[in-house]
Amino acid sequence: MIAAAQAALRRFVPQLIALATILALNALVFPGFFDIEFQNGRLYGSVVDVLNRGAPVALLAIGMTLVIATKGIDLSVGAVMAIAGAVVAATVAGGASLATALLFAAAAGIACGLWNGFLVAVLGMQPIVATLILMVAGRGIAQLITEGAILTFNHQGLIFIGSGAFAGLPMPVLIWLALGAAVTLAVRRSALGMLIEATGINRRASTLCGINSLVLLLAVYAVSGFCAAVAGVIIAADIKGADANNAGLWLELDAILAVVIGGTSLLGGRFSIVASLLGAMIIQSINTGILLSGFPPEFNLIIKAAIIVVILVMQSPAVQTLYDFLRSPSEVPTETPRQLPGEAEAPESLGRPQ
Amino acid sequence: MKARFLPLAATLLIFLIAYAACYLQYPNMLSTRVVGNLLTDNAFLGIAAVGMTFVIISGGIDLSIGSVIAFTGVFLAVVLDSTAIHPLAAFVLVLAITTTFGGVMGAIIHYLEMPAFIVTLAGMFLARGMAYVLSVESVPIHHDFYGLLQGLYYRMPGGGRLTLIGGLMVAVFLAGILLAHRTRFGSYVFALGGGVPTARLMGVPVARTTIAIYALSGFLAGLAGIVFSLYTSAGYSLAAVGVELDAIAAVVIGGTLLTGGAGFVAGTLIGILIMGLIQTYIIFDGTLSSWWTKIVIGLLLFSFILLQKALVWASESDRAVLRRRLLRSKALR
Repeated sequence: MIAAAQAALRRFVPQLIALATILALNALVFPGFFDIEFQNGRLYGSVVDVLNRGAPVALLAIGMTLVIATKGIDLSVGAVMAIAGAVVAATVAGGASLATALLFAAAAGIACGLWNGFLVAVLGMQPIVATLILMVAGRGIAQLITEGAILTFNHQGLIFIGSGAFAGLPMPVLIWLALGAAVTLAVRRSALGMLIEATGINRRASTLCGINSLVLLLAVYAVSGFCAAVAGVIIAADIKGADANNAGLWLELDAILAVVIGGTSLLGGRFSIVASLLGAMIIQSINTGILLSGFPPEFNLIIKAAIIVVILVMQSPAVQTLYDFLRSPSEVPTETPRQLPGEAEAPESLGRPQ
Repeated sequence: MKARFLPLAATLLIFLIAYAACYLQYPNMLSTRVVGNLLTDNAFLGIAAVGMTFVIISGGIDLSIGSVIAFTGVFLAVVLDSTAIHPLAAFVLVLAITTTFGGVMGAIIHYLEMPAFIVTLAGMFLARGMAYVLSVESVPIHHDFYGLLQGLYYRMPGGGRLTLIGGLMVAVFLAGILLAHRTRFGSYVFALGGGVPTARLMGVPVARTTIAIYALSGFLAGLAGIVFSLYTSAGYSLAAVGVELDAIAAVVIGGTLLTGGAGFVAGTLIGILIMGLIQTYIIFDGTLSSWWTKIVIGLLLFSFILLQKALVWASESDRAVLRRRLLRSKALR
């Protein structure tokens, strides 16, 4: 048990080091970074802000991790966010209750996810193309719902989801923490996670082993759609309106980036939702740090690009091979029973196709 | 007719039917003015899409082209605004930058064995970020040479204007068709799309070809940026957002397989024209909203990918039938 916990911790070492480094840099350029105040029944401070502003990407990263673990990718999440935001705003503006509106938004997100899953699992399309269709058409659909305008609303219950606080923490933070914990438990306390990994490594082989990869893929894309819908509702509730053009624009790229930083390989297989969530927080810490430092926001994208390149180089198979080559031969893992416990595989191999 | 030309034929047929339908409703759609505008308005997208076609045929993807177009526009505007360099020299300079940029991305993809998707995503952030650093605001371009280039056009019968940039797009497409289907480099690109290990065994210089493909895409994105700056007379770092997706959509509608290995540069031109036609129709109609463009393009994408899938299935079942016949004849012997 303790060994397993240690192995799990070791898995997160690169992400934790990256996060700590960036937070330390933030504290260096903005001394008050770690200050937290308690006012009007909720916590305020830069760290809370990172957790709060990172909510949409964190939510998307939960679904995206599962999709990428099946060797897929979901480009449509940004558009699905816009659709869900439009649905929730239109339903609330139409006088429906909050529960109905949330149900409708969730249903819209799951329907979008099932459509993607249908294209990928049943029609056998490449995930990148299959989800591109909804990425292009989705914003059009969202504009169709809002009739081209920014649909505003003044429903206190809905606004609470975006900017309210419970037990001192902003609602978005609680939502992504709860959803992340729920999905992690669901895939790790059952065989689901392993089945997803198996499908991602080799769909045909896992089907032959008796895994119902069709249902599994449908479910994974549906979860991604649901997560996108929750993120869309939060964004709409935060600005008190549904903006079909800009809600969740390019967030799919941030979500994919969070997953890649989290060490889940784009080639499918082994995944970690917690690491992806850490990745999302790393991205948000960079964004917040650049804002706080008074550095011109123009440099935001360049710094982001530089960080991606560094992480890419560290994870690249070519560098891995070089690393294995440079290590003394006795340390190189060989096909001995020592490897059999499986889970204890060297954490350096993060991101390598298994 | 060979099955591999079927996607191209289908695209052409859909374009002709759509144009005929538009013509029946609005007879003015067939005038050379509309055709001239169709070419001019989509010139930058078309040029960038040629590069994307090569990348996709080789089995990769380039997400950076929209950002590269914006960077090129801002770079030109800032350089022409603050220095006395002649625009032609600035063109050469910016094309050198974007070509190198593409080449470096290709090198990273090949040597670090990273997925093209994530490498060009980083490239997209980097190019857009460079554009921001140069200028956050929209910088207008006032240069006599720009006025001269913008005034160049060939008057077609019927009063339509084939502008310099519209003509340039057609020229780039012709060059692209020759390069893809009639040169050794072209066949290397197709071979790479069929599978890297196979291509290597066939003697394709994989490293050189991969770098050249992305350099070509960078070069054409730079050229598209020059065209875009001629078209808008300004450089703006927020311009051309999402052009890469339009380009990918045009390539897919044009009958190029997104898995790589098969495709047509000419199909991409028709894909661009179909997308332009939808927009022209919406302008002619006047009551439809622009979001219908996105939905219709999404539907077109869906139907074309479905068509390609059906073709692949058909050819596979053909092969299965052949194999069965072969086995039977062997058994008889």
